Amino acid sequence: MKWLTTKRILRAGVLDFSRNAFVSFASILVMTVTLFTVGVTLFAGVILNSALIELRDKADVNVYFTTNAPEEQILQMKTSLEALPEVAQVEYLSRDEALAQFRERHKNDQLTLSALDELSDNPLGAVLNVKAKDLSQYEAIAAFLQDQQAASTGGASIIDKINFFDEQHRAALDRLESITASAQRLGLIVVILLIVTTLAISFNTLRLAIYTSRDEIQVMRLVGAGAFYIRAPFMVEGVLYGLIAGIVTLLLFYPLTWWLGGVTGNFFGGVNIFSYYLSNFLYFFLIIIGTGVLLGAIASFLAVRRYLKI
Amino acid sequence: MIYYDRVSKIYADNSIALEDVSFSVEPGEFVSVVGHSGAGKTTLVKMLLAEERPTTGSVFFESINVHEIPLNKMGDLRRKIGTVFQDFRLLPNKTAYENIAFAMEAAGRPEEEIRSDVPHVLELVDLGDKINNFPDELSGGEQQRVAIARAIVNQPDVIVADEPTGNLDPVNTFEVVQILKKINDLGTTIILTTHNKGVIDSLKKRVITMDRGKVIRDDKEGKYIL
Repeated sequence: MKWLTTKRILRAGVLDFSRNAFVSFASILVMTVTLFTVGVTLFAGVILNSALIELRDKADVNVYFTTNAPEEQILQMKTSLEALPEVAQVEYLSRDEALAQFRERHKNDQLTLSALDELSDNPLGAVLNVKAKDLSQYEAIAAFLQDQQAASTGGASIIDKINFFDEQHRAALDRLESITASAQRLGLIVVILLIVTTLAISFNTLRLAIYTSRDEIQVMRLVGAGAFYIRAPFMVEGVLYGLIAGIVTLLLFYPLTWWLGGVTGNFFGGVNIFSYYLSNFLYFFLIIIGTGVLLGAIASFLAVRRYLKI
Repeated sequence: MIYYDRVSKIYADNSIALEDVSFSVEPGEFVSVVGHSGAGKTTLVKMLLAEERPTTGSVFFESINVHEIPLNKMGDLRRKIGTVFQDFRLLPNKTAYENIAFAMEAAGRPEEEIRSDVPHVLELVDLGDKINNFPDELSGGEQQRVAIARAIVNQPDVIVADEPTGNLDPVNTFEVVQILKKINDLGTTIILTTHNKGVIDSLKKRVITMDRGKVIRDDKEGKYIL
């Protein structure tokens, strides 16, 4: 395309933009709402995800050993557990540490403590605390432990109990799994609905803005202007709307995330959305501005098309 | 140069806008098409611009059937035909200068030519001092003169003026007709539709009279007879 034509198209787009100031203002406003919604859903996704990760992280499986289990065998089992691909982390708690933890937990309960003092020996066995990489993998880990127990010692098992086989613990794990999964699914549905709705509203606003110019488009056609030459300035206008709305949105998020940053950080644990916004600014910039510009260009392109048919 | 070959236009509700219309226009002619409202004058003009398609028959412009021109080549045809409408049809968001410049830009003319031709053509229609006014700052007569300036600026072979004086008072009507006559004297073919008896009688040029979609008279030096 020739430079002269490009220059004329850009000039016409910018002139129309400023001369239709009210239409431009209204379109930018609606597009800002759209882009804001897109941004909010991005943030909500981040918060939801980190909250879910936090929640899933609370799940674990404890393996309780018998009091007379030799430490080296326990450590051996720890090593073989750590070798499993499903396992994220294994923590060893020796008998003494388990006792210290027990005392700490019951430090206000004199009765229990004095009962403990009555005993000649430490009644608690050592514990391995196992965290899986994913909630669904506890089943496999528990099965592995059970096999170990059956195979290694041939009768005199060193494992006293695995709490995965507790009805309650298992139910809690299952419920956690289903809650987090459906929260993610619900989040996704809400995000898609919101974004589609608000995009449709923006789209329609641009269509109405161009509807007011339909007679002009016909005149341009009758004066002998080509379809592209008529359409391109409208697209320039649409891109300008998107660009300005995008910049306004990005600016709005700055004080908003700063204000919300502390609150959400404490409430959901983990992410501070203000620092997240700053550190991922490029990502937000590309998504928000990109959505605005594309939306403006495509909506204008399609809206003009119907009036070019003569 | 222009040839209507048995053109008929029948709308979906069976109302007849044109019925078996045939005539030709030679280069340099000044042809007036007269008739009551609804006689088919505007439809006739729209056919030439390919704004409407005939139901049967064809319209030729310089031996080309205008309804066989693809949509993306239509601009080439329309730039050879300057159009003036009853309701002026200026672009409301552009100044007088920009309205005329737009027609030149659409034809791909260079910037220097636009800068020299637009003031010149506005001078020609006596609007040199209203060059930067928007259409809503101009009177009806002034708007119509801008529209004529726009129609002639690309030096078209034909000017089609569809009821150009319909919204104007007698003084402005006279001026617009004088401008059209001047353009015709310079060699441009003019097709003028009107129902203004005074205009026709003062022109003393060819008159095609239409009634209910049919051509009922075609006089070399006609008067308004209906």
